[in-house]
Amino acid sequence: MQPAVTLRVTRYRPEQESEPTLATYEVPYRKDWVVLDALNYIKDTLDGSLSFRWSCRMGVCGSCGMKVNGSPKLTCASFLSDSLPGPIRVEPLDYFPVVRDLVVDMSDFMRKLKKVKPWIIRHDERPLAEGEYLQTPDQLDAYKQFSMCINCMLCYSACPIYGLEPSFIGPAAIALAQRYNMDSRDEGAPERLEILSEHDGIWQCTFVGECTKVCPKHVDPAGAIQQYKLTGAIHWLKSLLLPRGAR
Amino acid sequence: MPRSITPFLWLLFSAGGTVAALLFPIHILLTGLAVPLGWVNAPSYESVLGLVRNPVARLYLFVFVSLPLFHWAHRFRYTLYDGLQVKHLTALIVVFCYGTALAGTVMAAYLLWTIP
Amino acid sequence: MSAEAHYTPYHPRWYRRRVSVWWWLQNRAYAGFVLRELTSVFVAFFAGVTLWQLRTLAQGPDAYARFLACLGTPLFVALHAVAFLFVLFHSITWFNLAPKAVVVRLSGKRVPDWVVVGLNYAAWLVLSGAVALIVLRGR
Ligand code: SF4
Ligand code: FES
Repeated sequence: MQPAVTLRVTRYRPEQESEPTLATYEVPYRKDWVVLDALNYIKDTLDGSLSFRWSCRMGVCGSCGMKVNGSPKLTCASFLSDSLPGPIRVEPLDYFPVVRDLVVDMSDFMRKLKKVKPWIIRHDERPLAEGEYLQTPDQLDAYKQFSMCINCMLCYSACPIYGLEPSFIGPAAIALAQRYNMDSRDEGAPERLEILSEHDGIWQCTFVGECTKVCPKHVDPAGAIQQYKLTGAIHWLKSLLLPRGAR
Repeated sequence: MPRSITPFLWLLFSAGGTVAALLFPIHILLTGLAVPLGWVNAPSYESVLGLVRNPVARLYLFVFVSLPLFHWAHRFRYTLYDGLQVKHLTALIVVFCYGTALAGTVMAAYLLWTIP
Repeated sequence: MSAEAHYTPYHPRWYRRRVSVWWWLQNRAYAGFVLRELTSVFVAFFAGVTLWQLRTLAQGPDAYARFLACLGTPLFVALHAVAFLFVLFHSITWFNLAPKAVVVRLSGKRVPDWVVVGLNYAAWLVLSGAVALIVLRGR
């Protein structure tokens, strides 16, 4: 078993340098270590100034997304043993502005997320006395996959269209819009379709499909967007053929 | 009223992609390779004409040419747009792509209408 | 290090990287994507050939014979060979992605992806066979 592994980590210290640079660290190799463990080892023993985000270290908080050997990954779920013998390249996520080292600014994503109204919209809220909204297993199944998203933004970092067209609402936000559209309790689909039919919505997507491949939670945002396009197209046909109000 | 025709163009793209996926391989194999290379005997002029005289065949050929052209227009447009990063030429690209598809469609209709 | 870095404490100074014009060569998946999109060029090419065929068909037997002769030239055989491979790639990617775009539900349950893909391939085989039969049924 190899005793150590080399990490090549992107550093960016805005108070010192105007462009990111590369730093090389040797960390002990442990079979049960993930890239995040190695980064924490660096921070604890080699260089305390290295900055990166993490919280849960178990794939639920979505804050430890970085590029590992060129592809977007949750570093808490990427074992060193999968990238042997190294060196392992660790970079911040693509297409987001880098704040420092491996930390990116996510406010663009947060803005977009809010834009698609990812919450249950009702015309009339049912009075509490009438009890909860019931849902069958099939109804739950219709949106469950899309509800697994942890907002890790790996899909954005994998999407060349987002890189080229920063206004594009992007994979996770559209998948989450779909999550609420498909929810039997929700009545907000027309509102969301309105928003997502705009120039920076679903029609920007050319189905590269990488978002789905990198998603650690199997959300399938690419599928969500194509299904949304079909809905949008059918809606368009209806609005053409049927008189107003009959839709 | 519908705000933009993007959904419609996407429908044409999808329909054309399906037609091309299902039918183009066999047609290219027959017309472009099997017949010229002598793997099969070329159907005679009369038999091809006889086939094309059939109204169903005419409709088939119209769909066969037109929809895949719109499929191409859509994909090619976005490939130029994203691949070459030529945002400033968008209008030109759109006119070129969908214009070509439209011209091909009109030509197919004309030819199929006039073939005796 | 570099003196040109003007940094005010507590004010972020973001680093943004531009997307290269060659982004689609960056990894295999992107290259595959662009290749998939470019299959459409060969689709358009063959639609054009079909238009040409119809035109010569309308012009009479001589024109049609010239058309056939043209298709027999090495240039056109090579073009069609390449076109065939690209269109095959289009068919395969199209069928494999179909269940992502169109979710079929039967009595509330999502039909598994492999069934949808399988139906696509089955339809492909049947249609291809039918086309070959009709075109080659030399009369
Ligand atoms: S869709 Fe997947 S990759 Fe995208 S933010 Fe959600 S969990 Fe992450
Ligand atoms: S640390 Fe929470 S997802 Fe990796």
